[in-house]
Amino acid sequence: MAEALFWPALLGYGEAALAYSSLRFSRLAIWGVRLGWLAQTALLAVQAARTDGFPWASRAGSLNLFVWLVVGAYLIWGCRPRYRVLGLSVMPLAAALFAVARFGGGTGAGERSHYGNLFLVLHVGFVLAAFAGFTLAAALAGVYLWEDRRLRRRSADILALRLPSLVTLERLTVRTVAVSLPLLTLGLAAGFVRLGERGGRVDALMAITVVTWLVYGGFLAARPGGRRGAHVLLGGFALVILVRLVLAGSHF
Amino acid sequence: MPPARAAELARGLGDAVCLSTCFRTEVYLADGDVERAVESLEELARKPLASVAYRLHDEAAAVHLFRVAAGLDSLVPGEGEILGQVRAAYDAASPGPLLDRVFRQALRIGKRVRAETAIGESPASVPAAAAALAQQVFGDLRGRRVLLVGSGRMGELAAANLASRGASIAYVASRSEPSALAARFGALPIDLAAVPAALGDVDLVLASTSAPVPVVQAGDVPAQRRRPLFFLDIAVPRDVDPAVQELDGCYLYDIDDLEAVVAQSLSLRREAAAHAEQLIAEEAERFREWQASLEVVPAIAALRARAEEIRAAELAKLGRLPEHERRTVESVTAQILNKLLHLPTVRMKEAAAAAGGSEYADAVRHLFGLEEER
Repeated sequence: MAEALFWPALLGYGEAALAYSSLRFSRLAIWGVRLGWLAQTALLAVQAARTDGFPWASRAGSLNLFVWLVVGAYLIWGCRPRYRVLGLSVMPLAAALFAVARFGGGTGAGERSHYGNLFLVLHVGFVLAAFAGFTLAAALAGVYLWEDRRLRRRSADILALRLPSLVTLERLTVRTVAVSLPLLTLGLAAGFVRLGERGGRVDALMAITVVTWLVYGGFLAARPGGRRGAHVLLGGFALVILVRLVLAGSHF
Repeated sequence: MPPARAAELARGLGDAVCLSTCFRTEVYLADGDVERAVESLEELARKPLASVAYRLHDEAAAVHLFRVAAGLDSLVPGEGEILGQVRAAYDAASPGPLLDRVFRQALRIGKRVRAETAIGESPASVPAAAAALAQQVFGDLRGRRVLLVGSGRMGELAAANLASRGASIAYVASRSEPSALAARFGALPIDLAAVPAALGDVDLVLASTSAPVPVVQAGDVPAQRRRPLFFLDIAVPRDVDPAVQELDGCYLYDIDDLEAVVAQSLSLRREAAAHAEQLIAEEAERFREWQASLEVVPAIAALRARAEEIRAAELAKLGRLPEHERRTVESVTAQILNKLLHLPTVRMKEAAAAAGGSEYADAVRHLFGLEEER
């Protein structure tokens, strides 16, 4: 059943990724996001019901959960026709990562996790939710830079693209980071508490995650505006990618 | 002509509505005297109007009104003012059922076209484009402060457009008397030499002087700015040093850029106009069906009235019945009547839509003896 739910979700995300490329199909794309996310929610529910322990403890499993959180954050924040360009940057990434999660075995059910539920819910759940928020903030920053570039080039069609204003994009990125950073703090705290209890070394993933925390913390403290702020967010997102995709194998 | 005069003219012509704007004067009549309407207009104009007058009848006149309300007949396609003018003309008149129906449909179409197409969305003038671009940077302009440099007419129009969207004109800098223009916007008049200092306190700079050299240099912009600064340079030659746009957080659009934006948006409006014409064609079809149904409505009404008469007469013959039995009989006979008349009614309306309505109406009158009662 879990596998059967994967395909509708992927179809929804894939349809959205394609439909967002045209202004005319924006509303169709939004429906793709909604229905795909509902299907993935059902998939996660089946996994939670059928797995003994935390279902998303593996690298591929956590990627599955991460995609759900990213798309969920996008649904809350910007799933509207005016944020078409944001959808165009988020949904292809979400669809691709979801497919990677599937091929890594992260969408199955009925396995047994080696970790206790509470720790994983707190640690993995909060950290992934924070990373999902940082991913959205990076997408917003990308849209900001793209729109900024078009305004600098004095594009005649800038109004026809019906983008959110630069100030709105800046405001949304700050809010997204402001919500995500406390989640990362809680997730890190849970991880360090467990490390303290059971012993162990700080690995590369943990170190880079702390650096990520510092980058976003510095962003909120200094609030660099304009292109500078957008570049900081993209730099932070590069660290998120490093943690999620490159270093995750050594941590799980 | 003034709205009051237009309303008076319409009242003088009976069942009529007069729409008068700076671009047109149109009189809509329902079975009125067209020649008398033309004479009245010529009296007001004090000249013959044969060379400029146009006459449309029936469906063509209705479709024309629909296109006018949708802004498709305006100089700038999709302009918004015309819908309000059509509403004002309708409200000022006392139209009969036909004109009432046509104007209500026109107002509905005007709203529908603007809601379902992009015809009115993009700016169609340089001042409107300037304000729209400012909103592209800042979003809501309420609370945004503007520095107006120069007292050119275009700059004044652009400033008025910004002010109408909530921006506040904070300063007016001009070589000649800035006070009059500043007073109009409630702004502080300053000298051109004070412009660099004012740049730190505003979000938008609107420049339209006739200076031969730029009056705002890149070096005048404060280095540590947290907020974007948007320059709209509508002067010829340019008032703002082009190097300004290389600065972080600064954006610069000059008059050529604004005109390119307007050209792009007019092109979009023309594309949207094609979609709007489709919507109007749908509404025109609805109007035609309604108008055709007028041929058969009296016959349908007469047939139903006759049937009801017969039913009532037969019920009266029943004498005194217990209340619940009477109600049952009344209900059953009413249902029989409705079922019998339903299909003929529907078929007559369909025939009316297919231009065969009057034949069916005549046949019904003859068959049921309704013509004796006409």
